[in-house]
Amino acid sequence: MTNGAVPKASAVRVTGLKQKPRRWRWSGDWLLAGIAAALVILLCLLPMLRLLQEAFTPGPDGGWPLETLGSRSVWRAGVNTLASSFAATVISTLLGGGLALLIGITDIRRKGILTLLCLLPLLIPSQITALAWIKMLDVGTPVRSAIDFIFGTESNHPLYGAAGVSFVMGLEHAPLMFLSIAAACRAIPCDLVEAARAAGARHKRLLVTIILPLLKPALLAGGALAFVSSIGNFGVPALLGIPGRFTVLTTLIYQRLNGFGPSVLGEAAALGLVLTLLAGIGLVWQRWVIGRAPALRSAGPTGPVLPLGKLRLVIEATVWLVLLVLTIVPLAALLGAALEPALGVPLTFESATLDNFIYILTEYQPTQRAFLNSTLLSAGAAIVTALLGLVIAYYGELRRWRWMRALDAVADAPYAVPGIVLAIAEILVFLKPLPIIGISLYGTAWIILVAYIARFLTLALRPLAVALKQLDPTMEEAAQLAGAKGPRRLASIIVPAVRASIMSGALLVFLTAFNELTVSALLWSRGTETLGVMVFSLQSEGAAGAASAVASISVIVTLAIAGVATLFARRLPKGTLPWMP
Amino acid sequence: MDAVSLRSVSKHFGAKAAVAEVDLDVAAGEFVALLGPSGCGKTTLLRLLAGFEEPDTGVIAIGPREVARARQGSVPPEQRGVGMVFQSHALWPHMTVGENVEYALKIRKISSAERQRQVERALATVGLAARRDSAPETLSGGERQRVALARCLAMEPAVVLMDEPLASLDVHLRDSMQAEFHRLHRKLGATIVYVTHDQSEAMALADRVAVFDQGRLQQVAQPRALYAEPATAMVADFVGRGMVVPLDTPVSGRAGSVEARLWGEAIHLRSTRSAAPSTQACLRPEGLVLGPEGIAAKVDRAVFEGAATILHCRVERAPDVLLRVLHRAAPPAEGTPVKIAVSDGWLLPEAA
Repeated sequence: MTNGAVPKASAVRVTGLKQKPRRWRWSGDWLLAGIAAALVILLCLLPMLRLLQEAFTPGPDGGWPLETLGSRSVWRAGVNTLASSFAATVISTLLGGGLALLIGITDIRRKGILTLLCLLPLLIPSQITALAWIKMLDVGTPVRSAIDFIFGTESNHPLYGAAGVSFVMGLEHAPLMFLSIAAACRAIPCDLVEAARAAGARHKRLLVTIILPLLKPALLAGGALAFVSSIGNFGVPALLGIPGRFTVLTTLIYQRLNGFGPSVLGEAAALGLVLTLLAGIGLVWQRWVIGRAPALRSAGPTGPVLPLGKLRLVIEATVWLVLLVLTIVPLAALLGAALEPALGVPLTFESATLDNFIYILTEYQPTQRAFLNSTLLSAGAAIVTALLGLVIAYYGELRRWRWMRALDAVADAPYAVPGIVLAIAEILVFLKPLPIIGISLYGTAWIILVAYIARFLTLALRPLAVALKQLDPTMEEAAQLAGAKGPRRLASIIVPAVRASIMSGALLVFLTAFNELTVSALLWSRGTETLGVMVFSLQSEGAAGAASAVASISVIVTLAIAGVATLFARRLPKGTLPWMP
Repeated sequence: MDAVSLRSVSKHFGAKAAVAEVDLDVAAGEFVALLGPSGCGKTTLLRLLAGFEEPDTGVIAIGPREVARARQGSVPPEQRGVGMVFQSHALWPHMTVGENVEYALKIRKISSAERQRQVERALATVGLAARRDSAPETLSGGERQRVALARCLAMEPAVVLMDEPLASLDVHLRDSMQAEFHRLHRKLGATIVYVTHDQSEAMALADRVAVFDQGRLQQVAQPRALYAEPATAMVADFVGRGMVVPLDTPVSGRAGSVEARLWGEAIHLRSTRSAAPSTQACLRPEGLVLGPEGIAAKVDRAVFEGAATILHCRVERAPDVLLRVLHRAAPPAEGTPVKIAVSDGWLLPEAA
């Protein structure tokens, strides 16, 4: 995003730079910016270009990768992807949009905690949500008994297949719609609603003729985001689609690469391109919708509040019930499954056992390794992305170097494309041994770290870019007059000023990477298991209890860290933590 | 019958009284301006009238109907039949100009043909009939304000409420819109309650001006009376920047015209007949003249204002007081000793 009005102070600074280009010499500024640029180009830009190249290069057998797109299985996976993503988007819209509207513009009570509950799925990764719902509807649970009673006994799990994939993806991405609508509700000028009320509009008419039309851009934009996320989702179709023989593009790529190895990389790249194209259409549409939205101007307060009147208690009760059933109960079922002595043995206080937890933490080595790997990898990714983001945001936003702003845009790409596509792209670049040292990163933990950095750089960069854009440029100018050079100003003036944003960005990266599945699913090997991979592979091997135990611990760690971050939320710029809008 | 009446209306936000014990009546067809510095409670009062806030104490009536009584509920805004013009115009961006104007009529289930006629007429009244199918965002600031006005007029409200409608416009546009408001008020005879912080706007437009300070109604009067006979020191200062000076007590003379002493000099002041006098007087630059006799002072500064010069004179007996004197001849040099005579002044009444 470009800010049209350049502050006067920085305009002066730019002129100053223009006058001395011949004095260019080796400086700390250039060293720092150069390292950042090299990393972004190597980790973000190069893999994307390599992916394009691979998809358009004939394979060893002389066939063009794009030719494989015509096959029946690819066609079916494509149709499945679109259909399930569309259905999931409808569910996200109704659920997330409806809740955001109720919480955003009515006098419903306890908005803070309701918002937190609505946004909880943001913190729970897809594969864990899917696992939790599997556990909630397993044979023997009360919910399953009720379903079997109504629809007749069915041996298959009711969530395995198209409907389950769509439903759980819909739940998982509802927070995206929620955030979009909630923000739009807060931005509605009160006087637009007051003018309508003064004109005599009430209740339904107010909603249909004024509020919903004002929310339309947010509705379309949120829908586009939910759709794009569903297209690229891997965790849900991996856990619910594969056992139900419902294949989407992401799981198709995973199965092909898993079955045939790097020899089908060309084909995978072609499939990835299709996936990227579908996601790209969604993103372009979203941008277009936002760009076309009429500007709302208001001198007065925004965020109207409409009284629910007598219905308030009924509506509140309904909202709480829906949120408990959709978010808390599945997590409870997950914990229950982890405490079960054996599959199907009813869980009571007497029968509950920590065996699964003891097994994964002290006996089974892959899960032990996974805890260590995920912690180190996400911590590494968090530190590198925070530093990289700081340098890019400093030179791009505060110093307004144009080429650095271009790199800022490049850093978005690995997050915008589906995760599985990024994984393919990183394999393509790092499969061959690196020059000079002659070692391949493929098969080591380093390729996972590299992919995490590329994928999550934008999460650390966004809050920093916002913070630095809002920073008073005279702070930096005063330091400049005091004689401090660029890197020194960055360290002694800028870092202290935007400390909170650096921390929150790093934290966000850590939380997201800690439970990551999509990227690691293609990049892990024996010894470099991650937590996301363990949940998925334990569950598909039938070790449901162990999978639930790993997932439970991941959720607890994630929520604990998020809780600590929330305590510091007051010191952060508004909206830095996605679950605290 | 009054179009609007408020009886001891108060509204608190937390511990702060935004509106305190306000009594106010507005006659049908009258244009009343609510004037005061920002945060004085004038906008809250307007929102109480519209029904967006409920009073903590008191009774509000619009026409014959009581619309709010403290602790006994209030009629919601959508049933009050008042029109409101907002500072930010509040045009619905997803509707055309015509649809904006038509909205209230649709809600009232007025027939389509009649609606079209009324929209046409309202837009013609503000001179925007040609922009009927335009989107609000394509209009200029002044045009937007006209549409907001047309939208309000089309619903033929019992009372028109205006919340700083000109504050977001630039200066010369403000002048032409003022003229427009004045013309429309005369033509349509609507009852208007108009909030502004700009005293010249209030004086130019209103039949009566109600001055607020810290939630309290200070004075309600016609513009001339407000200027010539301010009821409190706040009004004297806020309206036309009158100089409030302390008199040497006591004051003698009959009600309406009194003798007093100011810094030892005998002066003559106008005063009210009804209230007890205070010991403060309100002086204006045009009521002071340089002469052979009077209050001893030194010229501190001369500010040229075109038609006249304002002399800022430091009083010898009260060196922290600067008296401003309207002077039409060539100004004396800075530091010149002068004598200031009071040709006209107003004795403030005792605060109630």
